Amino acid sequence: MSNDSVLDKSDPSVRETLTYDLAIVGAGPSGLACAVRLKQLDPGLSVCVLEKGASVGAHILSGAVIETQPLDELFPSWRNAPPPSCIEANAEQFWWLTRTGALRLPIPPQMRNKGNRIVSLGSLCAWMAQQAEQLEVEIFPGFAAAEVLIEREEVNGVRVGSFGVDRSGRAKPSHSLGVDIRARFTVLAEGCRGHLSKRLIHRYGLDGVGDPQGYGLGFKELWQVPDGRLRPGLVQHSIGWPLDNSTYGGGFLYHCDAQRVAVGLVIGLDYSRGEFSPFDVFRQFKHHPMVRALLEGGNILSGGARALSEGGYQSLPVCEMPGALLIGDAAGMLNVPKIKGVHNALRAGMLAAEHIVGTGDVAGFDARLRGCAVGHELKKVRNIRPGFRYGLWWGLSNALWETASGGRSPWTLRNRADHAVSARAAPPAGSIPDERRDLPPHDRAALAYFAAVAHEEDQPIHLRIRNPEMCTGECREKHDNPCTRFCPTQVFEMVDEAEGTGLRINASNCIHCKACDIKDPYQIVDWVPPEGGSGPNYRNL
Amino acid sequence: MKILVAAKRVVDPNLRVQVKPDASGIVTEGAGMSVNPFDEIALEEALRLRERGHAAEVVVVSIGPTQSRQQLRTCLAMGADRAILVETEVSLQPLGVSRALLRLVERERPTLVLLGKQSIDDESSQTAQMLAALWGRPQATSVSEVLIEGSCVRVTREVDAGMEVLELDLPAVISADLRLNEPRFVKLPDIVRAKRKPLDIHSLDELAIEGGNHPRHVHYSSPPARKRQIMVEDVPALLRSMRERGVIT
Ligand SMILES: Cc1cc2nc3c(=O)[nH]c(=O)nc-3n(C[C@H](O)[C@H](O)[C@H](O)COP(=O)(O)OP(=O)(O)OC[C@H]3O[C@@H](n4cnc5c(N)ncnc54)[C@H](O)[C@@H]3O)c2cc1C
Ligand code: SF4
Repeated sequence: MSNDSVLDKSDPSVRETLTYDLAIVGAGPSGLACAVRLKQLDPGLSVCVLEKGASVGAHILSGAVIETQPLDELFPSWRNAPPPSCIEANAEQFWWLTRTGALRLPIPPQMRNKGNRIVSLGSLCAWMAQQAEQLEVEIFPGFAAAEVLIEREEVNGVRVGSFGVDRSGRAKPSHSLGVDIRARFTVLAEGCRGHLSKRLIHRYGLDGVGDPQGYGLGFKELWQVPDGRLRPGLVQHSIGWPLDNSTYGGGFLYHCDAQRVAVGLVIGLDYSRGEFSPFDVFRQFKHHPMVRALLEGGNILSGGARALSEGGYQSLPVCEMPGALLIGDAAGMLNVPKIKGVHNALRAGMLAAEHIVGTGDVAGFDARLRGCAVGHELKKVRNIRPGFRYGLWWGLSNALWETASGGRSPWTLRNRADHAVSARAAPPAGSIPDERRDLPPHDRAALAYFAAVAHEEDQPIHLRIRNPEMCTGECREKHDNPCTRFCPTQVFEMVDEAEGTGLRINASNCIHCKACDIKDPYQIVDWVPPEGGSGPNYRNL
Repeated sequence: MKILVAAKRVVDPNLRVQVKPDASGIVTEGAGMSVNPFDEIALEEALRLRERGHAAEVVVVSIGPTQSRQQLRTCLAMGADRAILVETEVSLQPLGVSRALLRLVERERPTLVLLGKQSIDDESSQTAQMLAALWGRPQATSVSEVLIEGSCVRVTREVDAGMEVLELDLPAVISADLRLNEPRFVKLPDIVRAKRKPLDIHSLDELAIEGGNHPRHVHYSSPPARKRQIMVEDVPALLRSMRERGVIT
């Protein structure tokens, strides 16, 4: 047996083992769809789902306007008793924003949302978890999969993280050793930049043939606003300000029920300006006259940020390995021009279940995935996102061409790794003056508050820096420590202390967005799961 | 000896509580729910008493909606031997809760009843006291230490002047303070095992609890937003600013 356990090595107490037919890591749409489908096809299978959030949905942050076809397939009668906060998208707008103005644009075909639903993915997942439990899937919220168990080169389960370990790694009186979950097959459904998925992709060389994965960082807040401002069912997207033409991204406003509106901004993590602070850019967006008019006088109910996989077809790793599968955003199945990943996550989850039940094996899943609707859809739009590397206008023209030709261009544009494109921080010249920016959260610590982060302080720091000298040396000189700017809740700070400048890690502010693991220019930050149940407690995000 | 522990389902203490836009209550949609933290402490103490050989059985009871099963399962996973749910969709006031508990006490005949000193949602801090009165047995509230000594229980309570030590005859009612202990982590295999432990369900009607006139909740509101702080130059500016705001005259 091999594992890369850091903790617990010296612990003499006996570790318990539970055995299942299938272990699924992550109670997002992909993991839950897989669990439900498995039990629908073969009620005799034992299936468990591990979820690091304190409850199912607590770590889920998405738009979300979703395509419902896979839901029809999975829960044929879902429309009779739909999940909470789920309304039909009935109108849409696409805007080009300037600093003070807004110009209405025609709606690009990928962005048409007729028939789609506006949901909170968090509550959709909580609802799906109930359906799964009725089928006797065992769901364990509050338990993170910390390690992969590998025997004779084959994945055969995961090790759950321990509880009650202090900052220096020693057992506290409350110490409780994580169990081993052995399973015939393990399904990694960790979402974007899953930490076990990352290790396995590396270990089995699953990304060997494709391009590096590309990422974005998405901010989202749910606001409750005074009566009469919203048009429930309206879907608004924007491009342009506050992002410059060389930075990919766009804003969204989804008008929900109960006087609530979801406001968000997705920013490509391949931005190159070192001084860029995604959090501040999202604040600017919220203060655009059009957005501000909706939010002012309202209350923010919940907010946070999460990375999303933007590499698409070119970057899709091989989604199978001995004993295990990768599904959903853990592999990167998001359709970027649509900014939709839920339908593909659901489809991949179902397909994984069908494949395992049908063949009794994981081998052959990757080919099936590429040959099904998920693969076809990703292939068709493969050239759109990479086109924006050459700027907004080039990107838009290329998108027009790719859409008109149905993705049949004989070429495929390549992706680059996001961390490789960080330029040195320029002095913040010409930055936008901080005019009336009074909507909360006022700073990044306040975002952690609205994310309702709960995190036991006395536990090992779950952001592991492989080479701390880099932070105070080369990274400081060449990049002025971009981690102090890209982290949405200011987990990283350079502080002057008696011994000199050092990196301070406020781990208890972490909202598990994974941006640091992705964007750090030297790739020396490893995000690992803290004690199960730690992290944000999102509500209806 | 048998210990009865009462546990309430409440909005997760880590969440920010939100008031409904029509001020009629608290938003529970999309909120994680948990066992009231003080009740968890009460349960932990009961489990420790059992582990020390003072008790043979720990029974946990909740009065609330059908979803309270979830919280009872958590209590079973922590180590309670069995659970009882008194199902009701109406939200009861402390008096109703203590009457229901009394019925269960009459059936179960525990030697000790342990509760949290208050629930973190309504913060009434009345149930333990009312139960003791209805039952006609001694009570100790907000307790930070529990020692069983034969047919007595010696408890320590924090009071303004220091520590108060009381000795009660058993059976008795004790409510737990934050200081009493630190509840254990639930282990994953115990969650699986808890599924096989008995969970009995009764309806409130079955227990024939009288209703009575309860106070009604009329209006909920969030605390007013704090005003932005300002920095003043010097003391005269401070005084001027205080006068302008009518803080001093
Ligand atoms: C801002 C934003 C807006 C979006 N808008 C839309 C939209 O409008 N429409 C749309 O269709 N898609 C949208 N998406 C994309 C969509 O959210 C994702 O494609 C989708 O959530 C992927 O599902 P998943 O199941 O693969 O992963 P996730 O939804 O990320 O779920 C993964 C789950 O696994 C858990 N987990 C991870 N690692 C571990 C571990 N080691 N142990 C235990 N648990 C673990 C996580 O806590 C999480 O609950 C958006 C994404 C973002 C960030
Ligand atoms: S520390 Fe990393 S994962 Fe945590 S919030 Fe900051 S950038 Fe995101």
